[in-house]
Amino acid sequence: MIKSWWVKILIKGEIMGKISLEVNGRKVEKEASDNTLLSTFLREHLQLTGTHIGCDTSQCGACVVHVDGNSLKSCTALAADVNGSKVTTIEGLETNGKMHPMQEAFKKLHGLQCGFCTPGMVMSAVDLLQKNKKPSDTEIRDWLEGNICRCTGYQNIVAAVKEAATKM
Amino acid sequence: MASLVGSRVERKEDKRFLTGKGRYTADINLANQTYAIFVRSPHARASIKKINIDKALKSSGVVSIFTGKEIADDKIGGLIAGWAIRSEDGTEMKCPGNPPLAKDNVNFVGDPVAVVIAESLAEAKDAAEKVEVDYKVLKAVTSTADAMNGDTIHEGIDKNLCFDWLLGDRQKVKEAFDKADKVISIDIINNRLIPNAMEPRACVADYNAASEEITLYTTSQNPHLSRLIMSAFGNVAPEHKLRVVAPDVGGGFGSKINVYNEDIVCSWAVKKINRAIKWVAERSESFLTDIHGRDHVTHAELAVTKDGKFLGFKNETIANLGAYARVFGTVTPTYLFGPCATGVYEIPAAYTNVKAVYTNTAPVDAYRGAGRPEATYTIERLVEKASMELGIDKTELRIKNFPTAFPFKQTLVHTVDSGDYVAGMEKAKQMADYKGFEARRKESEAKGKLRGIGVTSYFEACGIAPSAAVMSLGCGVGLWESAEVRFNPTGQVTVYTGSHSHGQSHQTTFAQIAADELGVPIENIDIVHGDTDKGTFGMGTYGSRSLAVGGIAIVNACKKIVEKGKRVTAKMLEANPEDVEFKDGEFIVSKSNKKKTIGEVAFACYLPGVRDEMKSPLPEGDEPGLKETSFYDPSNFSFPAGTHIAEVEIDPETGHVKLEKYTACDDFGRIINPMVVEGQVHGGLAQGIGQALYENAEYDETGQLMTGSYMDYTMPRADNFPEFNIGYTCTHATTNPLGVKGCGEAGAIAAPPTVMNAVIDALGGQEVTMPATAEKVWKACKNLKKSNAKAA
Repeated sequence: MIKSWWVKILIKGEIMGKISLEVNGRKVEKEASDNTLLSTFLREHLQLTGTHIGCDTSQCGACVVHVDGNSLKSCTALAADVNGSKVTTIEGLETNGKMHPMQEAFKKLHGLQCGFCTPGMVMSAVDLLQKNKKPSDTEIRDWLEGNICRCTGYQNIVAAVKEAATKM
Repeated sequence: MASLVGSRVERKEDKRFLTGKGRYTADINLANQTYAIFVRSPHARASIKKINIDKALKSSGVVSIFTGKEIADDKIGGLIAGWAIRSEDGTEMKCPGNPPLAKDNVNFVGDPVAVVIAESLAEAKDAAEKVEVDYKVLKAVTSTADAMNGDTIHEGIDKNLCFDWLLGDRQKVKEAFDKADKVISIDIINNRLIPNAMEPRACVADYNAASEEITLYTTSQNPHLSRLIMSAFGNVAPEHKLRVVAPDVGGGFGSKINVYNEDIVCSWAVKKINRAIKWVAERSESFLTDIHGRDHVTHAELAVTKDGKFLGFKNETIANLGAYARVFGTVTPTYLFGPCATGVYEIPAAYTNVKAVYTNTAPVDAYRGAGRPEATYTIERLVEKASMELGIDKTELRIKNFPTAFPFKQTLVHTVDSGDYVAGMEKAKQMADYKGFEARRKESEAKGKLRGIGVTSYFEACGIAPSAAVMSLGCGVGLWESAEVRFNPTGQVTVYTGSHSHGQSHQTTFAQIAADELGVPIENIDIVHGDTDKGTFGMGTYGSRSLAVGGIAIVNACKKIVEKGKRVTAKMLEANPEDVEFKDGEFIVSKSNKKKTIGEVAFACYLPGVRDEMKSPLPEGDEPGLKETSFYDPSNFSFPAGTHIAEVEIDPETGHVKLEKYTACDDFGRIINPMVVEGQVHGGLAQGIGQALYENAEYDETGQLMTGSYMDYTMPRADNFPEFNIGYTCTHATTNPLGVKGCGEAGAIAAPPTVMNAVIDALGGQEVTMPATAEKVWKACKNLKKSNAKAA
């Protein structure tokens, strides 16, 4: 056991460390190697599998979460980088079992089909409305440029974001 | 009770997806699981001289490593082509073996040669890098057009030719062309695409050594079919010892029909190591090894009279199959392509000839539309060109050649049961303000921009398909669908379907159908799919078949329930079964007006007796319980159709194409849920427009994929599209009781020619290949300027 620990540090350059985060309002503390991506930490260490991995080049946006209130592609950050932060994932968007207005709007206006890009899309859209309360169609489409959806053709997603803007 | 069919019902599946509670294959973790990494060929074509796994075996955390030798020793079968196609000369198609792990030769970049299984993903990756494969690199064949002149890829397959297929009559076509006033000809490249479902492929295999049962969780559009193939051809395990589960699946578009190498290898290896194995593709692996789509090189000709009547059509196509022939690989460029080649027109004589070739590229198979987009692109580009050359308005020319009566016996194969193509065209023109286009063109010109308008009228054959028909044409299975409708004693209903939903909304739309048929509230109906241990064998989801075939199976099973309910009610209320009517969930005896709800009947079926009396509510011959199954085999394909109109504006300074307007007017027959249909149309359009303007899979001459990531392969984004203008004409299908036709593929079929016709219209008729990138269009703009200057 000790041997493999040294192998990790000396040969692979992996250092285990303590990651402390507040995730969806709950304090968590876990050991993880320093090269653990935030997305991996959420999915594998905390079993929050709502955050999805759709690519390996930080293009698709399926992994977007909020870190200290701002949207972030969780595959672009190391868990260690955001140590001490407040993280919100798709699992943390409901309040007392009631869906967030953005989630409601996606449901009402059919802003999702297979559901795979949806968590990232919703988290990204929520952040847009935090920063721009009444975005135009063009502003919504521009903002969501970093989130790829293969099912919907985006039209109902744009409609859902506009609908949510009237409810938030 | 108000009918749910036809209503905008919100989706039952949405809450779990919106709250992070979906369960995709990569979300599944099993106790004591191991992780698999596949060692893949970096070469497009090579023979394997030697594989050395010694160093890799010593790597930290390695559990096991397998190569093609072990899998061959265990007589595990390879991947198969699902359709046997016969050449024009009567010979059978030629297919190479496609072992799950390559043993002697690799034939495309990404072809797997070994699997490394380790305690952790990182350890599996580290060890995979230590597997030494000694390759003898051979010259790759990558070009579709030149494949027949390249080195022989597979021993014994001359000219790399799988088949040389003909549909139609060459002599009749020759006679038609002899009579023509004019022949319009066109050369087309239908660009290769990568489906790119957002969920990368994955599988998790589990094994119970005591019961000898393998469970495979996998990203499949058709788990039952996967099990059949893995069992019958892969020899992985007998069907009753193999359970295939396709849980939530993040999009498919055809790319998840295939049984893939990883499915077979993990299901086989799990038994060897007796521990669960998890494999999740990285996106770059998906790019390399998911099936690709399209990739045709076509020369087509249309014989016309000077007043615009179509007389004859011919189509000579080379279709790229990639390295191996896969499940729908051989039928996509033949029976899904040729019969639709003449489009929505009355053309007395036609033929389609397809030469299917092997190349050292990823296998090409069914991608949304499968064969019909290629067919539609060819005929609609030809018709548009004919309109330019004849000087006849593009909509008038089309109308002139539309069939006037239905059923419409098509030139080559199909008898189209229903439709009204003229009505669709007129409505589309109105929606798109076709009349106002010239004014808009002038406005664009005033700004220094080029504006073009493009039209496409399409039909497609989907709802695949009548079993006897497809099996006579070489399909390895029948394409019926199953449904089982099961009442609980307390009145809720579970519907098991053999089709699979990976975005299509079956949990909602199928529940709408069952709710109407049974008069049970939709909240009390669950739709179950995606697990070979739950429900009956079924064929899965592709070819816009789920509703038109699977939906009808549900209707038929519900009707059987109602029939039994009538018999039971009659017995309970001492009436004649013929006097019992069923409406809105109630069985009513017409003479006495006495009634039983369907819930009461279900309860009685499960608890068939009463205290202190020897009395059963079940008529003689009826068994207890309330559960019915239907296997529905359609009598014909279904034929959605429509007209789409696009308008583009081009900036000649930059070559940038802006899609200004897109109008789709489709006939899908009866619509179950307009919200869902709208979503299907939008998504199909995005993929079709993607093909026309953005997407292209490109290999270099050595067979390296140049577009292997989202940095290189242009996926359409939200800011690439205008708001689509969607409308319908609805002529009900006459060949099924719901009158439905299918809507999943229409957008991807109609959009490429619609957009390209608009681009080429803006460019004064200059041909541009798909995707019409800024670079190509900018060059065409320069040519246009030159030729305009010359003319002046």
